[in-house]
Amino acid sequence: MAIPEAGAPPRLEWRVARVVAVRDETPRARTLVLEVPQWPGHRAGQHVDVRLVAEDGYQAQRSYSIASPPEDGTVALTVERLDDGEVSPYLVGELRPGDGLEVRGPIGGYFVWHVAVGGPLLLVAGGSGIVPLMAMLRHHALADTSVRAAVPVRVLYSARTPEDVIYQAELERLAAPPLLEVVLTFTRAAPPGWTGYHRRIDRAMLEAVSWPPSAAPHAFVCGPTPLVESVATLLLELGHAASRVWTERFGPTG
Amino acid sequence: MAHEPFIARGFRRRSPETAEAHRLPPGQYETKDFPVLSAGPTPRTPLSSWDFTIRDVDGRSARWSWDAFQALPRDTPTVDIHCVTKWSKFGTKWEGVSVDTLLAAAASEGVASGPFLLASCDGGYTTNLSLADVTGGKAWVVFGHDGAALPPEHGGPARLLVPHLYFWKSAKWVRGLEFLRSDRPGFWEQLGYHGRGDPWREQRYHGDP
Repeated sequence: MAIPEAGAPPRLEWRVARVVAVRDETPRARTLVLEVPQWPGHRAGQHVDVRLVAEDGYQAQRSYSIASPPEDGTVALTVERLDDGEVSPYLVGELRPGDGLEVRGPIGGYFVWHVAVGGPLLLVAGGSGIVPLMAMLRHHALADTSVRAAVPVRVLYSARTPEDVIYQAELERLAAPPLLEVVLTFTRAAPPGWTGYHRRIDRAMLEAVSWPPSAAPHAFVCGPTPLVESVATLLLELGHAASRVWTERFGPTG
Repeated sequence: MAHEPFIARGFRRRSPETAEAHRLPPGQYETKDFPVLSAGPTPRTPLSSWDFTIRDVDGRSARWSWDAFQALPRDTPTVDIHCVTKWSKFGTKWEGVSVDTLLAAAASEGVASGPFLLASCDGGYTTNLSLADVTGGKAWVVFGHDGAALPPEHGGPARLLVPHLYFWKSAKWVRGLEFLRSDRPGFWEQLGYHGRGDPWREQRYHGDP
């Protein structure tokens, strides 16, 4: 694997961000739009650390992917609530506009994409794994038309049920085949009358959705570990180069 | 931190305080799962072409095939591990060869020691370690986990195990150690992560204390 940009980054300080808006994306997922003082900017695909400190001094930290593109002045995090979690129920259920939230970042310099890197771009997501890929899609959408036209994008997004699809309306709005195709697959329940995929991502689905290896797409895969392991392995079996497959695996973080 | 942390309005501990809390470094939480984190696809190296090499600054090296490596004296450490992404897992069980054993065997073949090492892996991953952090019974090259062969997604056939540092230092798919005269940042260390990564000092990122 190649290292994109070396060099000593600045020290990451904790900053108290201000929640400027919250937006429910699904019954379980909420976007928090943050104003972060002296935010140094980020690249699409990076994440931040969030720290919560209780009155009694108890602390909890988690990492969350950034959903907003580098072009935004704000930092948007989309958090999925885990009922037995400690941080996500607070972020999804308690936090409201005007509240402060400690963050530091941006973090992660490998699972990143910039339109100048080029394409084609293959984005494969499972569940809330769509979040860092959304930053890439939004970044792509903000590029000049001529730049965008040179970088076709295909999104393959696996969700359990229709109500688990994060950013559904925006994905529908961004879709503009053949330049930008969005393909959904449902692993549990599909919507009534659904004629698309209704199973876990498999080799046939990847082969149908992706470009052939000869097109050398940049593939970014994010989601739960079993999905990422399976998709990354299948991409290699289909003939894609390991150096063209970027992965971010996460279990749900409470 | 130099200043008072910001109190999150209405945030309270939800997890019960356990007797094991002292095993958690700052900012970590305990998980019973074994999450997987890697930057790219999982490499799969056949054992017939696997080897492990220790090289000194002058290029002298000691090399083991898989079978030769298996014949080395083994340890079965049980350790707590701490990932920089915040999860910690207690009491993980491993089987492998102590780095002390490997370095002693390499020295007997004329490989000269040095103050720093760079671990290199299938897939191109590297990570840097000081000699002090991998000697004195603190580091292993392990090929067994929980009584079975180490699965590829967890770093098999063999990975480094340096449990007193954040787990990115326990490089998966490790194939060799190279002595260095001076410290040289590895893969994540060049991408903003801390050069040493002591979880008890919360050395997550570049510039942390």
